[in-house]
Amino acid sequence: MSTAMSVSQDRQASFGGVQARASDLRMNEPRIAIKQLNFYYGSNQALKNVQLNFPDRQVTGMIGPSGCGKSTLLRVLNRMYDLYPGQRATGDVMMGGMNIIDPAVDLNALRARIGMVFQKPTPFPMTIYDNIAFGVKLHERLSKAEMDERIEWSLTRGALWEEVKDRLNSSAMALSGGQQQRLCIARTIAVRPEVILFDEPTSALDPISTLKIEELIDELKHDFTIAIVTHNMQQAARCADQVAFFYLGEMVEVAPAGEMFTAPKQRRTQEYITGRFG
Amino acid sequence: MSVAPEHLVKSFDQELKRLRNLMTEMGGIVETQVALAADAIMNRDATSATRAVEEDPKVDALEREVEKLVIRLLALRQPVADDLRRAVSALKITGDLERIGDYAANVAKRSIVLAQFSLPYSLAGLAHMAQLVQGQLKSIIDALGDNDAEKAVEVWRSDQVVDDIYNALFRELITYMMEDPRNITPCTHLLFIAKNLERIGDHATNIAENLYYTVTGESLPDSRPKGDTSAFAVVRPQE
Repeated sequence: MSTAMSVSQDRQASFGGVQARASDLRMNEPRIAIKQLNFYYGSNQALKNVQLNFPDRQVTGMIGPSGCGKSTLLRVLNRMYDLYPGQRATGDVMMGGMNIIDPAVDLNALRARIGMVFQKPTPFPMTIYDNIAFGVKLHERLSKAEMDERIEWSLTRGALWEEVKDRLNSSAMALSGGQQQRLCIARTIAVRPEVILFDEPTSALDPISTLKIEELIDELKHDFTIAIVTHNMQQAARCADQVAFFYLGEMVEVAPAGEMFTAPKQRRTQEYITGRFG
Repeated sequence: MSVAPEHLVKSFDQELKRLRNLMTEMGGIVETQVALAADAIMNRDATSATRAVEEDPKVDALEREVEKLVIRLLALRQPVADDLRRAVSALKITGDLERIGDYAANVAKRSIVLAQFSLPYSLAGLAHMAQLVQGQLKSIIDALGDNDAEKAVEVWRSDQVVDDIYNALFRELITYMMEDPRNITPCTHLLFIAKNLERIGDHATNIAENLYYTVTGESLPDSRPKGDTSAFAVVRPQE
């Protein structure tokens, strides 16, 4: 074949390249599989027949305007709604043969398997060491040496160890916002969950701290299945393997991030992510 | 394509509109250049030839302006989905338009040399080819203005005919050269002119591919009908 022809074919292949790679990205087996999930705040239905898989050891980003149901979904995943009478869920939220929303599920055990990191850093008013040890003690009985090891492991995985190893016994409240958030992440992974839920984890942080958290999420996905709710679409684009778009309680579209941000299939998705929402 | 609602940020819409206008303007000039170049050959009109060449700096300037605008859009707006596709393909499409302008200018320049020779044969084949290529170009520039993916596919398919005529011309011109060596100079110019027209058709096809991607988010298949076999007319590649 002549050079001219192969060059021209390369040119052609180059454009769809992003898309082709995105399609090639294989989604792992689901760690959590949601089917026909409905959720009600009293008589107000906040989630409508949601279907969504969270692939094992991959990052699922959830985007959508305020009130679209994405945070509600996180609340369902660790049964936070149990605290509030009048809120109920129906459907299947399967994790390893167990339906998470089954009332018989042991909530303490569930929350050890599914950890959550919130929008604002929520360190306990105690030492850095105790912040991490606190949750571990609820679920496991460890010797001092084992606990020390767990603390170092968690803080290392939380990308905070180097910064705090010499002051583990000083108050966590003295840390910067970004450090506090990484402490909360370390605290979450200390109980070795399978799934970590992030509810807008960087919306209170400066850009550099934000990038550190995003880098951390990228690291953590080797061991944990991650769901992240974010208002920052660029963040979803940077962090997530797959992105789900929610609107008015419905899961409108889910696709690999590369496809979602180059060629979404649904008109509503396109209008939202391009900023054309009327 | 249905008309998308406006962006919440109006200045973004204005920038996208400006991008569209620049491309339409560029397309219009390039179309004129090709028409002038064709006129220059067929009617031996040196004025048309000069005008075709003189349009070229305008096209280059527009290409640079589009490039600046797109880089600015990418940096400041971080476009996604169809906006992103539009921005990126604007770069590629204006690149193709600029090349088309160059080819038209080259055809025009050759027409001036060609006018010094008396041609004992008809230029009907070339005229037909020029007409088809101008048709392709017009269609694709219209399609650009209307975001018309279907029309893009039509142009994408239509390139085959141009390639066929080019192959026929290639053989015809070689025959004239073999008949009489004095034909070699004019026929070589004619051959280059035909090749340039054929390349213009190819670039129109590239624009069609990019437009299709912009509008639909999907790529046209890799194998476009390719009919230019003149590379093998003398030396056949080993099967």
